[in-house]
Amino acid sequence: MLNRYPLWKNLLIVGVFVLGIIYAMPNFYPPDYAIQIQNEQGSAAVQDRELTVALSALTESGIQIKSSSLIDGNALIRLSSADDQLKAQPLIQRALHDLNANFVIALNSAPTTPQWLRELGAEPMKYGLDLRGGVHFLMEVDTASAVEDRLEGMEQDIKRAFRSGSERVRYAGTSILEGRVLQFQFAAEDVRSKARRQVEESYPQFVVTESDLPSGADGFALNLTMSDSAIREIEDFAVQQNLQTIRNRVNELGVAEPLVQRLGRQRIVVDLPGVQDTAEAKKILGKVATLEFRLEASPDASRASTLAQNYEGRAVRLERDLILRGERVFDAQVGFDPDSGLPQVNITLDSEGGELMHRSTRHNIGRRMAVVFIETKTRDRYEFQDGREIKISEPYVEERVISLATVQAALGVSFRITGLAGDEARELALLLRAGALAADMFIAEERTVGASLGQENIELGATSVLIGFSLVVLFMLAFYQWFGLAANLALIANLLLLVAVMSSLSATLTLPGIAGIVLTVGMAVDANVLIFSRIKEELRKGTAPQLAINAGFERAFVTILDANITTLLVAIILYSIGTGPVKGFAITLMIGILTSMFTAIMGTRSLINLAVGGRPIKRLAIGWSQS
Amino acid sequence: MRMVPFMKYRQVAAWSSVALLLGAVASLSIQSLNWGLDFTGGTLVEVSYPEPTNPEQIRLNLDNAGWNGHVVQYFGSDRDILVRMPPQKTLSDKDNARLGDSLFAALSASADGQIDLRRSEFVGPAVGEELANQGGLGLLAALAMVLLYVSFRFQLKFAVGAVIALFHDVLFTLGIFSLLRWEFDLTVLAALLAVIGYSLNDTIVVADRIRENFRQSRRGKSSDIIDGSLNQTLGRTMITSLTTLLVLFALLILGGELIRGFATALIIGVVVGTYSSIYVAANVLLRLNLSREDLIVPVKEGADLDGEP
Repeated sequence: MLNRYPLWKNLLIVGVFVLGIIYAMPNFYPPDYAIQIQNEQGSAAVQDRELTVALSALTESGIQIKSSSLIDGNALIRLSSADDQLKAQPLIQRALHDLNANFVIALNSAPTTPQWLRELGAEPMKYGLDLRGGVHFLMEVDTASAVEDRLEGMEQDIKRAFRSGSERVRYAGTSILEGRVLQFQFAAEDVRSKARRQVEESYPQFVVTESDLPSGADGFALNLTMSDSAIREIEDFAVQQNLQTIRNRVNELGVAEPLVQRLGRQRIVVDLPGVQDTAEAKKILGKVATLEFRLEASPDASRASTLAQNYEGRAVRLERDLILRGERVFDAQVGFDPDSGLPQVNITLDSEGGELMHRSTRHNIGRRMAVVFIETKTRDRYEFQDGREIKISEPYVEERVISLATVQAALGVSFRITGLAGDEARELALLLRAGALAADMFIAEERTVGASLGQENIELGATSVLIGFSLVVLFMLAFYQWFGLAANLALIANLLLLVAVMSSLSATLTLPGIAGIVLTVGMAVDANVLIFSRIKEELRKGTAPQLAINAGFERAFVTILDANITTLLVAIILYSIGTGPVKGFAITLMIGILTSMFTAIMGTRSLINLAVGGRPIKRLAIGWSQS
Repeated sequence: MRMVPFMKYRQVAAWSSVALLLGAVASLSIQSLNWGLDFTGGTLVEVSYPEPTNPEQIRLNLDNAGWNGHVVQYFGSDRDILVRMPPQKTLSDKDNARLGDSLFAALSASADGQIDLRRSEFVGPAVGEELANQGGLGLLAALAMVLLYVSFRFQLKFAVGAVIALFHDVLFTLGIFSLLRWEFDLTVLAALLAVIGYSLNDTIVVADRIRENFRQSRRGKSSDIIDGSLNQTLGRTMITSLTTLLVLFALLILGGELIRGFATALIIGVVVGTYSSIYVAANVLLRLNLSREDLIVPVKEGADLDGEP
């Protein structure tokens, strides 16, 4: 018999191989050193004018510009060296500073993939933080306190309803238990029933139960427990709000390709490639700020019902009663007054916030309303203890009025603050958004990789792949001769396909990922070894060469399939439980198993068929003598 | 061709496996593992000095600056230093997260020249615990999955053999890491799961041949058939282990400090995995009295899932 593959199979193999070359190719073009300019408000575009200013600033300082472009409102300037890149950033910063808009100027590496490849959707692989350097944060949102905050808000709300409803309800006291149960105490049982009716009617998010007060106290208690779905909703809102806030703050940092992503129920992953100054990054991410909207106190108000504050150097007194907090602020953007053309800040509240705002402002038109920005900062101080100087970090609260404006109409969900200068409006909008943070956050995990280590990791990884690969290739050649050569060609195709698949899935390459590639190289030849061993066995039994080839491939196939599927299962588990580095390893392992099955079985078969399958032969060059 | 009478030595192999595993369990229960930062939580800073430096001096400098609980060691070369701090119970979570920055500042202050921050890591205690739980869960899930798949594709006895072999490999590798106090971090965990994958690969190849031979031959003792199968697959087992070890040694020697634990765990795992697919898995099959009846009458492949164990 002869071993031939039908034409379509050969064409399929060639086709896959060509696709592999195309999609792996972008990885062989070294990226350019680049500077990326974007507007701080993600929505606003960078204009030609600004790009020209930046470019002329660079030319004046003698920095060579490779090319520049404006795509999707972002400007990209390509430079010829890392040195130029470092010098260019402050130059552009200074030049654009005069243009009265805030820009984020970030160092970036720009792919140099040729146009025709990009049109095919071919992109180079992304490097993980361990290869390019940068910071990884895992932030945990303190959702428990967000829930408690909300409970406190509800408490005020219900109290108000009890006092002002058609049927007045007299409560003896309130307390919050275990962070999720709101308890009202009453002197009489019938009052409690009345209260229960009211609560059940207007607050469906509570599960209402009755209980006695702890021994020693006299009275009746009504327990309002938040339902799980209501708690879930608050948590979701808190995490989403924090996510948005972090995105805005990350923009302040000027990072080229940041990743801000929710992870699980209450965590947020922040990856900042290229950032080296972690202290600065942490300072900006960790800023804790809240906002309060309060009315200015009327001049005859009692001292006890007011707060003293300062606004632009003048003392102001604000009402102690709060209109609403920053967590109700949904969005704040700079806009322009259509009548006067002057800048203004457009504020959007959520629906509850709109109602609160309406209730407080409709009877207070003509009075002034203040926005108080409250930030928790830390101050370091040194103290001697046991004869040693130790550092003590103390948190303190800084409060300032960032806006004091006259209420001109009853306000609702969306309103605006006018009469601001351009800078003021921008600053105010930024602070309003920053203050919208709904819950406290802390860092649960942080990993920083310096740029030098990243570069070193790439080099070490590349060397180990290369050396490991060469060793295997030499061994296969020595042991299996011509058949070894076929296996080696399949191995090369396998590496190429692995890189191509990873690039087109935009999977991220990490150091463990490289280890996965190395391991794949070592294990990928297993399929060929299995096949070749079978062929040798058949030959030893006296089977004719062509029959032996066929039997070898056929019989080894089931074994290879079983072995690879089980390994694939393990890799999938690895992927699903793993975090960062482990995931990177699992991805390369999974892809490697799939591509190696294709190349080692079909690829090698096709090569062998082409080389010896078409003619009657007496002897196979499969390292016969060695076995 | 010369036959290696593997099963002749199966008693010896079984007892030495048991002895080694007992040793591993003893070491694990006495001194546990040298858990890495990923699992214990804490802070780690890797810095590189312009000149060769002395960890003892750095330790003293840190002592004098009021730090305590730190471990200072070389990392890869005599210019690279790794400083580790356990989680500080007296500090809040927020301040623990800032420890790395102050540690680097303290190191910079006491260094003669400009030092370079190569890596800094902070893992909160909660995260560490979660990672450890997830890792353990992952290992169990992997073993359960193998048990299911192999009993579906082969037969329950094969699945039991495979799982015991995998368990043997993982436990042995863990034992070595425990005995030699090598650091056990996330990458080593990943390597352990890869060992499961690799060793399984080996076991399946052997099992596949055993199944084939049981179905083909009408006569012969079970131990002879298993011996024959092991010999037939021996060449392949050796060559694949060799190519895998070649790349792993390349990784161990050239891959740098961060990948060392990973490569070491895999090397141990591959060697043990090769041994276990011969002696542990096949041995278990014999012990479970694998017979032709277990394999020869499946109505269709895999239908014997409900066969008696």
